[in-house]
Amino acid sequence: MTTLTARSPRRSALTRNRLPRFAPWASLAVALIVGAALSTIVGFNAFGWGIFSALAFTFVFVAWSAAVEGSRKAKDKLATCLVVGAFLIALLPLVSVIWTVLVEGTKGLATPGFLGTSMNGVSGIQDNESATAGTRVLGGIYHSLMGTLLITLWATLISVPIGLLTAVYLVEYGNDGRISRAITFFVDVMTGIPSIVAGLFAAAFFATLFGPGTKTGFVAAVALSVLMIPVVVRSSEEMLKIVPNELREASYALGVRKWRTILKIVIPTAISGIASGVTLAIARVIGETAPILVTAGFATKINMNVFADWMSSLPTFIYTQILNPTSPSNPGPSLQRAWGAALVLIICVMILNLIARLVAKFFAPKTGR
Amino acid sequence: MSKRIDVKDLNVYYGNFRAVEGVNINIAARSVTAFIGPSGCGKSTFLRTLNRMHEVLPGARVEGQVLLDGDDLYGPGVDPVAVRSHVGMVFQRPNPFPTMSIRDNVLAGVKLNGKKLSKADSEALVESSLLGANLWNEVKDRLDKPGSGLSGGQQQRLCIARAIAVKPDVILMDEPCSALDPISTLAVEDLINELKEKYTVVIVTHNMQQAARVSDKTAFFNIAGTGKPGKLIEYADTTAIFNNPKEKATEDYVSGRFG
Repeated sequence: MTTLTARSPRRSALTRNRLPRFAPWASLAVALIVGAALSTIVGFNAFGWGIFSALAFTFVFVAWSAAVEGSRKAKDKLATCLVVGAFLIALLPLVSVIWTVLVEGTKGLATPGFLGTSMNGVSGIQDNESATAGTRVLGGIYHSLMGTLLITLWATLISVPIGLLTAVYLVEYGNDGRISRAITFFVDVMTGIPSIVAGLFAAAFFATLFGPGTKTGFVAAVALSVLMIPVVVRSSEEMLKIVPNELREASYALGVRKWRTILKIVIPTAISGIASGVTLAIARVIGETAPILVTAGFATKINMNVFADWMSSLPTFIYTQILNPTSPSNPGPSLQRAWGAALVLIICVMILNLIARLVAKFFAPKTGR
Repeated sequence: MSKRIDVKDLNVYYGNFRAVEGVNINIAARSVTAFIGPSGCGKSTFLRTLNRMHEVLPGARVEGQVLLDGDDLYGPGVDPVAVRSHVGMVFQRPNPFPTMSIRDNVLAGVKLNGKKLSKADSEALVESSLLGANLWNEVKDRLDKPGSGLSGGQQQRLCIARAIAVKPDVILMDEPCSALDPISTLAVEDLINELKEKYTVVIVTHNMQQAARVSDKTAFFNIAGTGKPGKLIEYADTTAIFNNPKEKATEDYVSGRFG
């Protein structure tokens, strides 16, 4: 007995057989080969190969584990495979969209003058020329980019005060009474309003006030703010609710009035959450197409005045370029511009999300010694 | 600066529920008074009626009189906000404002009320308040750092500095040491002893040794049972309460037989 333990180091009674470290990689290699074989039976393509390999990997890995490590470990590995698989499936469309827009959009974006010119004066003649003779695609998205930024800016200017004040009322003054419950209910209903209905509301509202066919950037901003207000109310309300009551009491106990407490203690404590909520609300409405189509029309020239004339925005620009190409016989240049605009739109949303994170970090209550 | 408090026939209600019944008590200026009693006996509720903080809760109201040097806190036309600038309060959990530096926390009561202070005046106020709260030497080099970076005991003393910066007549403390370790508790208790030279201090505590250590007079509150209102059972010099109480319930409580 003693000679035996001296030769091979003693095994702990608490350990069991385990798969070697290379087991996942070995299973993967086997799975890739099996997957390739299976997919050639039904006709080989990369997508099928991936699916079959994933299934084969799960089978090989779990079966191996069951044989060596026992059923509990095998169940654990099966669950890991399912979770990772679900994650990959969820990621697939996202990556695919970003990849497609990147591939298709970079050409449009890289065209000189794409960001700096409008579609004013660009007609089918120029597009046919660039399609046949290979000259560079004329026209750009400057008018739409400015339209998007201005309309969203105005929508934000309308929504943030209304939304924030509503949230302050709900949290600080509502006392969960009849009015505050009614407001909460209608805010929830508003969250579910289809965006086209918000657009029709704004169009009809301004048609009643200023005559039919009133289409300006401001009308679009009103339509967007109908969509934005409930989001701002909801996120600000949640942020104000998590401000500890102790801070309000501490302020009252110093003889500070309620409105000053809200203004100087409650809102500053919650400001990081409120600001990032607002930024995410902006990101939510910046890509809206339908309400802008019915409220701002589609312009091809630069219009910086939200109170007069039609205005273009990136989503409506993409929509019209795809649906009604500038040159119906050669839609290529229009398609290129549409993809370029889509890429710019995605970049805008991404920047807004980054800003939301930075804002949350920047305004967060400071800690440290 | 310091003022006396006289309470006459005070009942406190939450909606229809009577939480505290028939309290009569006279608290002398420049003294420390401790409220003791089992949980839920209404001592914190009663403490909050002394600066109308109970009104923060919806449905809370009182009957009776609370006289601060003869002025009724609940008289017609009295502004609860003005009351609170005369009667300051320190809470159970240290609650410095997380968005503010140590200096701004001390100045909060003055600044939030919109008063403008010159730089020299505000520096002097910060120093005197922090000195008054025995915190100056620990934080004088980092007044611009956030108040939430201090230890629990330091935070509580910061809250006391914040309370005395508005120059109140009375300071109420609602279990100020229950979230603190023994060393920090000692620091706060020493501070209470110094505070009574300038202020009337009323402290709620669950810790009977603490009541015995810091207070001049002690009030014992009790309830007959769940759902019944809390009552003031006995109010006397602290030595009398702990050594020869008149009431049986007080004796049972201070000797640890219940509660």
